[in-house]
Amino acid sequence: MARMKFLLDAERCIECNACVTACKNEHEVPWGINRRRVVTINDGKPGERSISMACMHCTDAPCAAVCPVSCFYTTADAVVLHDKDLCIGCGYCFYACPFGAPQYPRVGNFGSRGKMDKCTYCAGGPQADNIEAEYVQYGSNRLAEGKLPLCAEMCSTKALLAGDGQVIAQIYRERVQKRGYGSGAWGWRTAYRETVAI
Amino acid sequence: MRALVLALVLIVAAPVAGHAQTNPQVSGTPTNPTSMLPPVADELEVIKALQGGRVAGRITIPDQQAANLIQPQGRSWRDFHNVTLAWVGGVAVLGMLGILVLFRLSKGRVPIEGGASGRTIQRFNGLERANHWMVASTFIILALSGLNLTFGRHILLPLVGPEAFTAISQWGKYAHNFLAFPFTLGLVLMLLLWVKDNIPNGRDVKWLAQGGGLIGNAHPDSERFNAGQKGIFWITILGGAAVAVTGYMLVFPFFFTDIAGMQLSHIIHSIVSVLMIAVMLAHIYIGSVGMEGASAAMTTGQVDLNWAKQHHNLWVERELAKGRAAEPPASAKPAGAD
Repeated sequence: MARMKFLLDAERCIECNACVTACKNEHEVPWGINRRRVVTINDGKPGERSISMACMHCTDAPCAAVCPVSCFYTTADAVVLHDKDLCIGCGYCFYACPFGAPQYPRVGNFGSRGKMDKCTYCAGGPQADNIEAEYVQYGSNRLAEGKLPLCAEMCSTKALLAGDGQVIAQIYRERVQKRGYGSGAWGWRTAYRETVAI
Repeated sequence: MRALVLALVLIVAAPVAGHAQTNPQVSGTPTNPTSMLPPVADELEVIKALQGGRVAGRITIPDQQAANLIQPQGRSWRDFHNVTLAWVGGVAVLGMLGILVLFRLSKGRVPIEGGASGRTIQRFNGLERANHWMVASTFIILALSGLNLTFGRHILLPLVGPEAFTAISQWGKYAHNFLAFPFTLGLVLMLLLWVKDNIPNGRDVKWLAQGGGLIGNAHPDSERFNAGQKGIFWITILGGAAVAVTGYMLVFPFFFTDIAGMQLSHIIHSIVSVLMIAVMLAHIYIGSVGMEGASAAMTTGQVDLNWAKQHHNLWVERELAKGRAAEPPASAKPAGAD
């Protein structure tokens, strides 16, 4: 099986936020929840870069390690998913996640969190593929249809790559060699304990 | 540990970042004068990782928490939650239980010297007892639902299965959130009711030096509360305050603080809580099975006079002098009534 990863080429990202919009639309993500976001660093200064960030589907995922109810699981494609029927909305995964990926709808008393929502790598949840219940809870399951995550598929500059880690690393490697510079595979060190050797 | 991780990051990351920027053999294109430029994105990540800092930027969505791109501190928090807390909590709670079992086996139950007298004296009034049990009952539920978050997945989850465990934990979370309020109210009342009898003084030093309470066999002079009880009182008040403040930070997420503050709140909340649980186990022991006559103080509020004289002689003298000794039981006949 493939080892699915995201790779963001910050030299190409133009901060159009289409990935954010596409994700929200594809999965009908509720108001206030952003499974993907674009952060601009060094804004307005030389060296400005924009990075589209979502769950990186880490190796040895911190969220899974700290979850008090053990609701996370990793698929054969190395996609980190969780079972919302088991999640209690404690918020621990957000404290542990290096990327701020987990999101919580505001429900109930005080600021208490509903069941966590995060990027599924367009791979749905634990139910049977592409049934109504899965769509309502997790959004569409493109991976089961043989498609890659929509955010990367529709990225106009192909800054955001999704797919097997070795394949997308090779694409990025060729780009860097061709243009002579690169700003690194964002978050790879943190998520996968490796980076793209050029 | 952290230094080791950083050193590793340095070894792995530094040459790679250098390559990507400046390697002319690979690119074949004119070299960029990178030394002239401000740090670009990836270098920033490496620098921040080495400093243990967060990488943050600007974001266009309303949730400003999302402007944090990478927070490496999550890894330290994970280590704390999964390793440090589990060990401290496990050793504190199980260690205390072990000590209490050994104590009971070696020393047995502390008896009332000379047996029960049959005459009682009021030790705690209705308000004091009601407040004590409000704090105690909420504390027990808060403690169990809190311990469940750290240890439940290892102990309870394999026994009851994921669905039942989630139901238990979900109710535990609601209980934890709501019972925080009566618990805090009880602490405030407790402070107001008992603080005047719990100011530490020279007698406490003497009491400790003479080995009062559980450890020694002596019965040094004691007022309404001895040094051990004063210790429990201040642990409850100060520990409770720390747990309450950090707990409200956690129950209103990101309302008062940012991600670093949330992590720190959790660390203080959980460590103080497990230590308080260990202390309260000892308190429960000595107030119930560990000492004859002690539990009456918090159930009926009437303690046996001999028990009171044994443990709180100065208080008894003061109470008797005030002429507020409890009525003798109905069965006791006044002298010369026959």
